[in-house]
Amino acid sequence: MILFDHVTKVYASQQRPALDDVSLEVEKGEFVFLVGPSGSGKSTFLRLVLREERPTKGSVWVLGKDLSRLSNWKIPALRRQVGTVFQDFRLLPNKTVFENIAFALEVIGKPSGHIKKVVPEVLEVVGLEGKEGRRPDELSGGEQQRVAIARAFVNRPMLLIADEPTGNLDPGTSIGIMKLLDRINKLGTTVVMSTHDSQIVDQMRRRVIELDSGHVVRDQSRGVYGYAR
Amino acid sequence: MRATFVASEVGTGLRRNLTMTIAVIITVAVSLALFGASLLVRAQVSTMKDFWYDKVEVSIFLCSKGSDTPSCAGGAVTAAQRDQIKTDLESLRPLVQEIFYESKADAYARFKEQFKNSPIVSNVSEDALPESFRVKLSDPTKYDVVASAFAGRPGIEQVNDQRQILDKFFRLLGGLQLIALLIALVMLVVTVLLIVNTMRVAAFSRRRETSIMRLVGASNFYIQLPFLLEAALAAGLGAVLAIVGLVAMKSILIDQVLAPSFQFTAFVGWDAVLAIAPIMLVTGVLLAGLAAFFTLRKYLRV
Repeated sequence: MILFDHVTKVYASQQRPALDDVSLEVEKGEFVFLVGPSGSGKSTFLRLVLREERPTKGSVWVLGKDLSRLSNWKIPALRRQVGTVFQDFRLLPNKTVFENIAFALEVIGKPSGHIKKVVPEVLEVVGLEGKEGRRPDELSGGEQQRVAIARAFVNRPMLLIADEPTGNLDPGTSIGIMKLLDRINKLGTTVVMSTHDSQIVDQMRRRVIELDSGHVVRDQSRGVYGYAR
Repeated sequence: MRATFVASEVGTGLRRNLTMTIAVIITVAVSLALFGASLLVRAQVSTMKDFWYDKVEVSIFLCSKGSDTPSCAGGAVTAAQRDQIKTDLESLRPLVQEIFYESKADAYARFKEQFKNSPIVSNVSEDALPESFRVKLSDPTKYDVVASAFAGRPGIEQVNDQRQILDKFFRLLGGLQLIALLIALVMLVVTVLLIVNTMRVAAFSRRRETSIMRLVGASNFYIQLPFLLEAALAAGLGAVLAIVGLVAMKSILIDQVLAPSFQFTAFVGWDAVLAIAPIMLVTGVLLAGLAAFFTLRKYLRV
């Protein structure tokens, strides 16, 4: 699903590499936590997977494709198979819940018949039935994140990238979001999630990859957040 | 591709950026109107050239009694000299197309007709006007051949080329056209810069939408299309305004003001307007489209 082969990323403005010779593999169907302090390279890792950045050295494989050799016009096709969720939800404030999800389908040219069918389905998956007419500012943070997850999941992607999805949410709401991500994972989507939330990681007992200063310092299959190295 | 979706995006974009859109429409309209006007002046010059070059003649004025040019030292032209000139002119065919002889009496009749409302007629006697040969050339640019053959010959006072007078006038019009074209070019550059800026603002004000579009895998084409259509639409509207201006120029300025006051010459017809209008439209839309395309390539990268 994801393969990092001796990947080094150095940003032009910095001397120290953001990622330094990282090699790891994420299998299909896995649920992976990416932990580590700020500046440890988590965001760079996710940006490389989304091909927002290119590695300085080494190669990144996602969904069987070598991203460094992927031509620019093929990137949209890749991103259609990778769902993304962010800490700040990234919803369109002047569109309703339904329109926000439909937007993601419209811009990749899906017919409106298809949209009318799949949007209610995905709203049911994320537990927002009956709220399709609301605008984001009429929803709680947790509900907004559910809309964002619905948008990321509506195309049934192979891979879901979540960049601190609970970062803006209180613990109770976070648990709900985690249950949702767990459910999506059980439906067959690989989930890679960066987080600072130790409680969640400790509860879920999934694979934990810890980064520090651009190095993988821990990779446990049923890990906790703590520093039990 | 969903046309309704793209159309609604274009509509929202234009409304959200209304002031900039209006600015683009106006600058495109003004610069294209100038551009069209300069093309119209060029068409006018060529119409006038066709009209006048067909009518210009080389005039060979013959000596009369009081002439004081050296070639007239022998007094008025003699019948033998006149016949010799006529024969020599005939030998220059086919360059010389037609030859008219205008006697003093003919010249006086024409003079009276031309100035019939002026008191000057009573002061000029038939004798004061020279007799002349009026020569029409098949190729008006070959005036020198006639001039070198006849100028300075005994019995000939002067060889005159009407084309030289016209050329001065055409050079003036050509200069005006060049100035209009230069201003139009400067305006078009300003227009391009304005469109580049407008696209930057538009891309920035919709960065939330475009970033989501990128995220969910919309193609570059799909992301840029609404912006391109907006630019093309604004430019198209501007071009249409400019064309309306051009039509007004033709139907009011030329047909109603200039043509009645200057009846001696021909003016451009509607065919010229019909030929210029598409050039204006294509120039405007293409220029805006290209400016938008290259701006967006920079600001809406994948």
